[in-house]
Amino acid sequence: MKKSSKRAAFPSATSALVVVLLFLIAACGGGDGETSDEVDRAATETTRTTDTAEPTDETETTEPDGETPEAVEPGATVRLLTHDSFSVSDGLFDNFTLDTGIDVEVVNAGDAGELVSRAILTAGQPEADVLFGVDNTFLQRALDADIFTAYESSGLADVPDELELDPENRVTPIDYGDVCLNYWKDAFADGGPASLADLTRPEYASTFVTMDPEASSPGFAFLLATIATYGEDGWQDYWRQLADGGVTVTSGWSDAYYGEFVAGGGDKAIVTSYATSPVAEMIFATSDIDEPPTGVVADSCFRQIEFAGVLAGTENPEAAGALIDFMLSETFQADIPLNMFVFPANSTVEPPPSFVEWAAEVDEPLILGPAEIEERRSEWTEEWAEIVLR
Amino acid sequence: MVAAMFIAVMVVWPLVAVLVRSLAGVGPADVVRILARSSVRSVVGFTLLQATLSAAVTVVLGLPIAHLLARFRFRGKAVLRAAVIVPFVLPTVVVAAAIDAVFDLFGLRPATSTGSDVSLLAILYAHTFFNLAVVARLVGGYWAGLDHRQVEAARVLGAGRLDAWRSITLRQLRPAIIGAALVVFLFSFTSFGVIRILGGLRTATIETEIYRYAIARGEFDTAAVLAGLQILVVVVLSVLSSRFQRRFGVTSSRVPTTSPVRGPLRGYLAGVVVLVAAIQGFPVALLVAGSLTADGRFSLVHYRALVDRVDLLPTSSLEALGNSLLFALGAALVALVVGVSASIAVTSGGRIGRLLEALTFVPLGVSAVTLGFGYLVGFAAFDLRQSIWLVPLAHAVVGLPFVVAAMVPTIRSIGPRVREAAGALGASPTVVWRTIDWPIARRAAFTGAGFAAAVSLGEFGATSFLARGEASFTAPLAIFRLLSTPGAALRGQALALSVVVGLLVAALAAVLERRRSQGVTLL
Repeated sequence: MKKSSKRAAFPSATSALVVVLLFLIAACGGGDGETSDEVDRAATETTRTTDTAEPTDETETTEPDGETPEAVEPGATVRLLTHDSFSVSDGLFDNFTLDTGIDVEVVNAGDAGELVSRAILTAGQPEADVLFGVDNTFLQRALDADIFTAYESSGLADVPDELELDPENRVTPIDYGDVCLNYWKDAFADGGPASLADLTRPEYASTFVTMDPEASSPGFAFLLATIATYGEDGWQDYWRQLADGGVTVTSGWSDAYYGEFVAGGGDKAIVTSYATSPVAEMIFATSDIDEPPTGVVADSCFRQIEFAGVLAGTENPEAAGALIDFMLSETFQADIPLNMFVFPANSTVEPPPSFVEWAAEVDEPLILGPAEIEERRSEWTEEWAEIVLR
Repeated sequence: MVAAMFIAVMVVWPLVAVLVRSLAGVGPADVVRILARSSVRSVVGFTLLQATLSAAVTVVLGLPIAHLLARFRFRGKAVLRAAVIVPFVLPTVVVAAAIDAVFDLFGLRPATSTGSDVSLLAILYAHTFFNLAVVARLVGGYWAGLDHRQVEAARVLGAGRLDAWRSITLRQLRPAIIGAALVVFLFSFTSFGVIRILGGLRTATIETEIYRYAIARGEFDTAAVLAGLQILVVVVLSVLSSRFQRRFGVTSSRVPTTSPVRGPLRGYLAGVVVLVAAIQGFPVALLVAGSLTADGRFSLVHYRALVDRVDLLPTSSLEALGNSLLFALGAALVALVVGVSASIAVTSGGRIGRLLEALTFVPLGVSAVTLGFGYLVGFAAFDLRQSIWLVPLAHAVVGLPFVVAAMVPTIRSIGPRVREAAGALGASPTVVWRTIDWPIARRAAFTGAGFAAAVSLGEFGATSFLARGEASFTAPLAIFRLLSTPGAALRGQALALSVVVGLLVAALAAVLERRRSQGVTLL
């Protein structure tokens, strides 16, 4: 008797937990009558704009995710190893499955650095068939470790040559974006900084927050932007001026943007972020706003190109190649901008209106070669730490 | 044997696999060269310093809370008990920002500082904030089961309250304190987010250096040497702690009693509540306030947003929460079964028992990077790495030490004469265990399993390595992802989701607390 009552404690505790959860769901979902109109509008606005370009009458919440359409026989599966920022619209891969009979399984693997490290550690016994998300700052390391096999996609015809960094086609460019200085418009009566050089003025340097280049990918990209601008022997002086002016450094992007920058309640008005951050500020705003609260310094932008490649050792090289073709197709490329806030590599695909209107136009991005970046990475970040974190 | 096999497969094998792979072509001379670097030595020194101080501060501040929860009846006890556990599951990335804001009140900014004093202070604060519950519950649970009559006898014989406490209670508590201190030490030893965010820019520990070498630099050999060093430290500490626990172990007949709070004790109660509020309340309050604010006004919009999927996430926040709950239950169950089995093996002594005791704590003391890569490399041939069950299993591995840390001192405190008598009367070892050990150790087992559930709900590091798409997308992953993109709505949703995770754990603790009369305490 005694024993069974104790055993019963577990299930009843679980059911109590479920009740609590249901209560929470009800409390969150069904408060329409009591809250102000303004808040409601903000909420619907957010939901509406986050639904991507395709207009739908139904709400998306009931749609089954990732299931094979009935017409297709269950066939091969191709695995895509990618970083945590990878995201596509619901059902996007169904188009691929309909065409080829191949299912797609997405495996997220942390940030871009973790992605490359785990692909290198599992080289030869890959976790997946295709890797997507290695960028030009990590490309050389991946190529040196021989984790890819060459694949020349027919879609490359529509990709501008300057995005194709590997002549052997071991990797295929899929998208690109820019790491740029962002500033909070309201904080500057005079219009804000206009160039990298402006930041050396103490009143700008003291309100600038960036990230540790060794711990943060945008932080590293910004360091590369200064090296590309001021040259191998000039960037140190630039950073000395920033340090003297009182630049603030955090370890990660979130800590900078949401901890120190005005957007999260901080008091810094200039931050290292992306050319498309103002678009996200518009789309994920909590109320109706006419223009983004942030602006971009267009001459401060370092270009990041993201690549996909067929992992060496895959058992389905053909399915892997087909997936890379699909990733360069119009269907996939048009889905990229609003999900990952970067630009499609396929030049025949137009970015969405919100990008045209609010993302910074970067005509001449800064760039350095992948081999040089890999070779000098440690040296540069150590030198940077000596100057800035003294 | 369940425990031995589980630990061999889920701990030893993956670690061996990843170290062997990373150290390919590295000779002993290279290892010595890496360890001899002055930067490595100072990093090791700081790591040990901050973890030791964190454990000491947390134990000292946690003891009064454990005392109150173990010995007294008062109104709001269930609330206090539930409140103490909340910080344990809150995501570091969110809490660190709140703690930085607390320091900002005094004009200090640890997150962006390059000075070491402020950083160390902020790190100690954060580790105490997260781990107070460990001391309160692990020591409190043990304390509640102690025989109080000895202290009363001493008081009757004229000993002062403090004297009686020092000479009897503290002495009796030593095994539990050592166990809890070891857990807090290991948590701080491998703490990643706190060091990275609050530690400022020049602060590095073995844990953050492993990440730096393995991820940013791709120098796997250095990372592996540091990982080996971590494992060595854990094993040595586990062995030491086990030796001390056995030396200080006292047997005690178990007469749990609680008394009401009266007279001068009211001031004590108030003091403890203020202590908890001061350490844990303010960051939590900031977090709650942030989750309820949109455009500078009170709003529930962030909570309602939890239901809808935003494009950045593979599921809605609420679905992620559902996954987290499922994994937490699974992890707690596995940790309970394996932990009980391990505790039996450990307390029955022998070489396997001692080996198990040393190895059980390894998952708490090794880097999530090492363990995560270990699973990827070690299970490459079996394709287990594609299974979503790897996530709750990995959580169970990290939760396991809590079950063992709670159970082992309790079982050891049972007088051998009781067992011998039962044996002499013809009871088989199984019957002895079922009728004598289990009824006493049961509560400790469930306390540990509750922590395993809490660990699972809050775990980020290993999960980010092992999660597979939407079926294994957990709440901490969702919070992290939401905070990686600009937009006030995303930040608000991340804060709201953190609050809900905290509420869930508090509710879980409170609901289970009501069942205490039946002998079950989960949290």
